[in-house]
Amino acid sequence: MKRLPLSLLLFLFFVFLAWTVSIRQAVLFAVGIGMGAALAGARFGFTTGWRQLIEQRDPRGVMGQLILLALASIFSLSLLGYYPELTAALGPPSISLLVGAFVFGLTMQIADGCGSGTLYKAGLGIPLNMGILPLFALGSFLGSVQVGDWLKLGQIAPIGLVTEFGSAQAILITLLGLAIMALATRLWVGKGKTWWDRKWLIGALALSILAALNLIIAGQPWGVVYGFGLWAAKIVNAAGLFEPAANAFWSQAGNAQRLNEMVLMDITSITNIGILGGALWISSRASSDSKPLTSKQWMVGLLAGFLMGYSSRLAFGCNIGAMLSGISTGSLHAWIWVPLAFAGTLIGVRIRRHYQF
Amino acid sequence: MIQSTKKYQTIFWACLISFLVWDTAVSPPVDLRNEPPLIAAGSGKPSSGGHCAVSK
Repeated sequence: MKRLPLSLLLFLFFVFLAWTVSIRQAVLFAVGIGMGAALAGARFGFTTGWRQLIEQRDPRGVMGQLILLALASIFSLSLLGYYPELTAALGPPSISLLVGAFVFGLTMQIADGCGSGTLYKAGLGIPLNMGILPLFALGSFLGSVQVGDWLKLGQIAPIGLVTEFGSAQAILITLLGLAIMALATRLWVGKGKTWWDRKWLIGALALSILAALNLIIAGQPWGVVYGFGLWAAKIVNAAGLFEPAANAFWSQAGNAQRLNEMVLMDITSITNIGILGGALWISSRASSDSKPLTSKQWMVGLLAGFLMGYSSRLAFGCNIGAMLSGISTGSLHAWIWVPLAFAGTLIGVRIRRHYQF
Repeated sequence: MIQSTKKYQTIFWACLISFLVWDTAVSPPVDLRNEPPLIAAGSGKPSSGGHCAVSK
């Protein structure tokens, strides 16, 4: 579709949301469009950045991600200190987190996209990611159904840096942690590498601003996975295949309420739809670069997508909900998520090579 | 290749839009008098939305 009619359709949906749902949801949809345009326009792929670092010792993607994390942390941790009604992305350090983050890091390499990557690549029209999205949603739903059992294996209460140390110290601790990551990257890649890429830096700046806007408007950090799980939960529930009242997660008051409400009222759902729209808008000018896949590659990719959805629930988020939002709002679980997901990625890139993606 | 991608894209968007239309049709109407604040920061009202980092 050409840009002008597409822009008109997106604007009409914005007006529809403002008129029939709420002005907040309409504005969050616009923020989502910006996220999708930034992700797709800059090809800001968390998965690709990690893979390039491992396989080619190319640090540009990871450095772009570290800049994004640093900027988003400065914005978000300051906001959390100033506005007590804003909430952080606090997940519980747990066995569930360890297993989930590892499997997520592994499968995202095979599926060639994390939560946001699957969304923007589906929006760009890449066939595998379009096929993965419904399976990601189903996996995310099943993960949410079983996360209560996983948590029984062992957990401690979520730890937030702002609550523990205050906003200013939380920023310093976070920036120190990110500097250590940058140093480790420097040690891995060695001398004589190009460190910065304009595309990654523009993406980092745009996404950090949009993530802060999400926090200011919605009152909670940017997330992706919850929306996916909700979509699948609604379909399974409507088909009579699931009893939410008997489930630990979906019987919680907030989740039960969202299951009965219109999906357009859900915060993560509306930014997810915006991301798809923003990426589609970008795709109307830029062609998507995807090669045809064999039947076996399709099967492996779709299975990876399903497992990615399931594990993202166990890990309390994907690269957005756990890593970006977790680190930038001072959650300890994010600092556990990153090394575990990276360890999974080390195996994932090998499996990816084995199946010749 | 481009044609099959367009076909997949059409199916994908048709499914997504159908889901949203179905969901809007079967869900209770929105209470417009109970609209959330446009900007949560400074509103004094904590977010009641779901998030993937939250275990409950």
